[in-house]
Amino acid sequence: MEAGLTKGLVVTYLSLIVLIPLAAIAAKAFSDGPGHFWDAVSQPQSVAALKLTVICSLVVVLINAVMGTLIAWVLVRDEFPGKGIVNSVIDLPFALPTIVASLTLLTLYGNDSPIGIHAAYTKYAVIIALLFVTLPFVVRAVQPLLLSLDRDMESAAESLGAGKLRIFTRIIFPNLLPGIAAGVALAFARALGEFGALVLISGNVPYKTEAASVFIRGQIESDNVVGAAAVSVVLLVISMVMLAFVNLVQKWGLRHDR
Amino acid sequence: MNAIAENLKTVSHGIEVREVNKEFGDFQALKDVDLIVPDGSMTALLGPSGSGKSTLLRTIAGLEVPTTGQVFIGGEDQAKKPVRTRNVGFVFQHYAAFKHMTVFDNIAFGLKVRKWDKQKTRDRVTELIDLVQLTGLAKRYPSQLSGGQRQRMALARALAVEPSVLLLDEPFGALDAKVRKDLRTWLRRLHDEVHVTTIFVTHDQEEAMDIAQQIVVMNEGQIEQTGSATELYDQPANEFVMGFVGEVNSLDGKLVRPHDTEILPAPTPGAVEVEIDRVVRLGFSGRVEMLTVPEKKEVWAQLTRSELETLNLESGTKAYVRPRPDAVTKEDTGALDDAFKEENPAIHKPTSVEPGLPV
Repeated sequence: MEAGLTKGLVVTYLSLIVLIPLAAIAAKAFSDGPGHFWDAVSQPQSVAALKLTVICSLVVVLINAVMGTLIAWVLVRDEFPGKGIVNSVIDLPFALPTIVASLTLLTLYGNDSPIGIHAAYTKYAVIIALLFVTLPFVVRAVQPLLLSLDRDMESAAESLGAGKLRIFTRIIFPNLLPGIAAGVALAFARALGEFGALVLISGNVPYKTEAASVFIRGQIESDNVVGAAAVSVVLLVISMVMLAFVNLVQKWGLRHDR
Repeated sequence: MNAIAENLKTVSHGIEVREVNKEFGDFQALKDVDLIVPDGSMTALLGPSGSGKSTLLRTIAGLEVPTTGQVFIGGEDQAKKPVRTRNVGFVFQHYAAFKHMTVFDNIAFGLKVRKWDKQKTRDRVTELIDLVQLTGLAKRYPSQLSGGQRQRMALARALAVEPSVLLLDEPFGALDAKVRKDLRTWLRRLHDEVHVTTIFVTHDQEEAMDIAQQIVVMNEGQIEQTGSATELYDQPANEFVMGFVGEVNSLDGKLVRPHDTEILPAPTPGAVEVEIDRVVRLGFSGRVEMLTVPEKKEVWAQLTRSELETLNLESGTKAYVRPRPDAVTKEDTGALDDAFKEENPAIHKPTSVEPGLPV
């Protein structure tokens, strides 16, 4: 195929699928003027929903960065019976329909909790649900890096007198950082927009446990399309800022691979 | 340069390996290995892949723990010492460069571990960068260096901490032929200057003979013979060493060197009948490639020009070959073929001789 044609096809496709819808939502958000946009975004219930979503997402990706790396480490470096099963379980939260995830968590942590933990309808429920659905991202981003990591580097560092902690912080971690960053970016984007996993377990109490995505749905239902679009645009911008930041981290982490 | 050479001289130590055995599960990688490496010498561990030479090197470094036996460095038992405190310089086949660090930081790593102050570290690293001829490349990352440069950086990194011994695991194995040759000459000269006890692993007999004072030939986890290149060539301890170090023919159940292979025009008792395949004249010397009758096994002889002229051989004609009366020979039990079963192009397989190449 001719180069011009393929390029045209790709641009058209991306425009139809991504750029035009994004432009449409931005246009909708500002359709009543910037003043209206600001009013919709700055009203207390939107602020509370956005705050909850952003803070919970940040907490979730932080936990993921640590635990995801740890899980990847165990899966790559340790041998134990049932490793194959554990490895395939990692993707389950991702593959599971999110509403099923929500129901599962509700059964476990709801008012009839068989283990006596009543986390449902609290902020913790939001965090637990988000942790559940974002589990694979960091694990799957770090795993291949860990697999391809040159073990001789660690032996070399050891022969030069380095202890275990130094080997991890100076040799292993810098080489995993791009993967952790990539996983965090995906997990954050997912957490920011998560709807299905939250809708049952969070209880959607305005000002308390109502996440931005659920709030947007509420706005649509009460016929405030402009308000819904405005909050959506804010989520979009946060996502883009986060992606840009993570991109920088990745570039920095890969500066030696030019 | 001289300061480094002086420092290394004072801390260099000999190595002794005593009855070392190493098992990996059912596989015995090292069997009763005894070895003495003199202080300040350059020793090669030579053998086919799987012969245990890398395992032995890694055991000396402490990267592997021997199942039984002892390793001494400078007379001191290393049993309770992890790699970290052994103070060995180790160089890996694939460089093991810290790819996220610059050349400077790679070389400085061991000094930072030892908490050297900044100025001293900078001076020492700069000195080492000059020593390994990487001047001006301090800020490069390993990915921006050639293979040869990376390996020299790895050497500088190992030398930075003033190791008592320098251990190199197939250091030139990943490099192309030209760079390989340059780098080994360079290592030879470096060793002449710094005199640190050095052991390197190789499967290339030419490399071992070129730069090592002592060659240790290994096969199936055991040391077959230890000696200088001349000793190994002239007095091979057994069939394996004879076949592995230098070229050999298999004649009537005996291994014999091509220059010890005599060609006779008429049938003689003890001589094998051959058909002349090709005569290659290479200036002063020449080679005759032959096929035994009727097995069609390749045999070749290295002759001087006058010998060639006297014999006046033509391809397609019959002749008779035998070992010269004073030749070094070993019984050919086929053990050699077993050792070469594993395809390894770097090994000089005795019978596969590339025609036309200078000997």
